[in-house]
Amino acid sequence: MWRRFARHRFAAAGAALLLVVFALAAAGPVVAPYNPERVDIVDRLRPPGAAHWLGTDQFGRDVLSRVVAGARPTCLAAVMAIGIAAGAGVVLGAAAGYAGGAVDGAVMRAMDIMLAFPGILLALVVVTILGTGLLNVMIAVGVSLIPAFTRLVRGAMLSLRQREFVVSARAIGCGSVRILGRHILPNVWAQVAVLSTTALGWAIIAGSTLNFLGFGVHPPTPEWGADLNTGREYLNAAWWMSTAPGTAIVLVILAINFVGDGVTEALDPALRRP
Amino acid sequence: MGAFIGRRLLASLPIVFGVTALVFLILHLIPGDPAQIMLFGTNATPDQIAGLRRSLGLDRPLAVQYGDFVWRLVHGDLGVSFISQRRVAEEIGLVFPATATLALATMVVAATVGLGAGVIGAMYRGSWMDVAGTGFSVLGVAVPNFWLSVLLILVFAVRLGWLPALSEGGVRGLILPSVSLGWGFSAIITRLCRANLLEALAQPYVSTAYAKGLRAGAVVVRHALKNALIPVVTLLGLQVGNLLSGAVVVETIFGRQGLGSLAVRAIQAKDFPTIQGVVLVVALVYLLVNLAVDVAYAALDPRVRYG
Repeated sequence: MWRRFARHRFAAAGAALLLVVFALAAAGPVVAPYNPERVDIVDRLRPPGAAHWLGTDQFGRDVLSRVVAGARPTCLAAVMAIGIAAGAGVVLGAAAGYAGGAVDGAVMRAMDIMLAFPGILLALVVVTILGTGLLNVMIAVGVSLIPAFTRLVRGAMLSLRQREFVVSARAIGCGSVRILGRHILPNVWAQVAVLSTTALGWAIIAGSTLNFLGFGVHPPTPEWGADLNTGREYLNAAWWMSTAPGTAIVLVILAINFVGDGVTEALDPALRRP
Repeated sequence: MGAFIGRRLLASLPIVFGVTALVFLILHLIPGDPAQIMLFGTNATPDQIAGLRRSLGLDRPLAVQYGDFVWRLVHGDLGVSFISQRRVAEEIGLVFPATATLALATMVVAATVGLGAGVIGAMYRGSWMDVAGTGFSVLGVAVPNFWLSVLLILVFAVRLGWLPALSEGGVRGLILPSVSLGWGFSAIITRLCRANLLEALAQPYVSTAYAKGLRAGAVVVRHALKNALIPVVTLLGLQVGNLLSGAVVVETIFGRQGLGSLAVRAIQAKDFPTIQGVVLVVALVYLLVNLAVDVAYAALDPRVRYG
């Protein structure tokens, strides 16, 4: 599978870029050339140059350092949101698909109700209830993705529970927990992994949108969406302020999409290239 | 067909019920006393807080409050905004046309560009035009609409001065917001249209049409495209939800008075009746559009009706 993935050139390039971004997110301010929150009024609104590769903002803070430091909250919010969505989705989907009947009906109607709210709107409802802040943005984006994971896992469950190996496991007296954990769920992980990769791009867009709207991190914490919004007010005087974090978001989403295509092709023989 | 629509309407009823329950519960799921949160920073006395709780009906049992909420909804009463002191239904009525216009303009941009690029990509597969179209759609799904809005303002309003940065009305003010929202959709349409058209062009009826001596343009437009378009039409309908989501950001950036910017302002000001009203209206519009898409699909494809 890895060889098939690596043959997909764009996917390999995307994976390499994502590794760099995640490394930056982990190392954070340590590898940034300047302290991303250091104010230097003398050097304010400097265009990109030798001292500041991506220029400085309205408080003289180094934009490159803010982009590097902003990788952490942006990526953390997206990864945590996927964790929340996948965790809740697997539990709910497994319960609905395996138990069937009333449990299935209740879970799926709840998902239908959640799906009646278009993506960002559901996240906004959650932010309204929980309040602003990065943690609440993670939860909001995660909650809005739960129906997608639940539907996927439930669908997989419905077909898997009829399969011979599950019927045989039941026939030799295995309990429900053992059947689910040992026999059914291992067959669902690949699909959950593919959906997690494709949903990660959406989670980054949704998370940075909420930060852009001012519902996430509070100043002076660097975050791509929030910094892009600040730069909007200085478009005429300092185009680099919003261009740098915006380009970072686009590159990461492109990389995620390429990796998603690669993972899907590597796991699905029907899509494999000749 | 009537039976299908009836069944589909019946199936939507529990969802409408659930949506109203969730919207009602927004006020009650907030940690703390809603009356206190609303009066935060106004130095309100305990008596004033108790007064607000009474006037909002928060001192009554939850079920009674919900019953009252639904009764008022049925009569078109969405409550009164804390900020403007105007009826929420009236406020939504004022801004709804702006969002509907933006949605329509976005659809026109997305459909025109998406179908054009998709058809060219399929007809000239592998050419530089196809590669350009694919690149355009790959970028389109990766560029968030808030970033595209900022870029378009930077280039077309700040640098070139061709178009207004604020969408105050008129067609000129609609161009940048609809392109910001429409690029992502056109990218999805391009991909789907190209893939479907390629599949349709490989069918025997296309060879027959060519064998009859028809020109390539006529074969594509009159025969293949018709079949390739059905999923695209469905997709356009289903994208209405994303469009309403996108409007939240784009309207805020372009200073357009619409449902989306009203929602953002209401959340920032903790104006709960307005938040509830906007969320409810958007969810119901989304449900109605989904219903219309299902009905349209059933009209086009009999297997859906009897399946």
